[in-house]
Amino acid sequence: MSATILVWALVVAQTFLAIAMGCAAFRLLIGPRAQDRILGLDTLYVNAMLLLLTFGIRTGSTLYFEIALVIALLGFVATVALAKFLMRGEVIE
Amino acid sequence: MTDGTDLPAWAAILTALFVVAGAGLTLIGSLGLLRLGSFYQRLHAPTLGTTLGTGGILIGSMIFFSALGTRPVLHEILIAVFVTVTTPVTFILLVRATRQRGTDLPPPSPPEKNTKDLAH
Repeated sequence: MSATILVWALVVAQTFLAIAMGCAAFRLLIGPRAQDRILGLDTLYVNAMLLLLTFGIRTGSTLYFEIALVIALLGFVATVALAKFLMRGEVIE
Repeated sequence: MTDGTDLPAWAAILTALFVVAGAGLTLIGSLGLLRLGSFYQRLHAPTLGTTLGTGGILIGSMIFFSALGTRPVLHEILIAVFVTVTTPVTFILLVRATRQRGTDLPPPSPPEKNTKDLAH
């Protein structure tokens, strides 16, 4: 019984997160200016990280946690680099 | 598929509750990112996912792995602290870049007008 509740909750949560990733990807595609696209990319990163965490709960392995940590790190670096590029026109000066 | 068969019922229900709440809040934030009007309004929406959504799913994951291993598993705090610290930094940088780029106008003139100007 408890396993059934957990499996259905995880299916619902993964559906929610997939729709959220679709919304972020749509904003990444249609965003009127560059900063909208960067914001969509950042949201896409965070949603993918949360989706990997729900995968980790579903399979019961802690391996997904480390992948989620790497995605969080890379997302932060990518968004900061893109914002810096918008601000100055070059990433490293 | 999942190891939830030997999980106590309270842990399964709590995990389900937190995970669904976190995913739902993340979905609301992403819908706001899609539907709000200007860039400065859109900037507020995804923070719902990065704070409450991440917190809910991480608390659910902590309860699940603690009940599964019958010992406290707390390494999810690492992700929570990291996301909480980095999100304001990225958004401050993004807003600063946006302010420097000018007002929220449509993109600059299309190429055919430029070629006509060049022809004159």
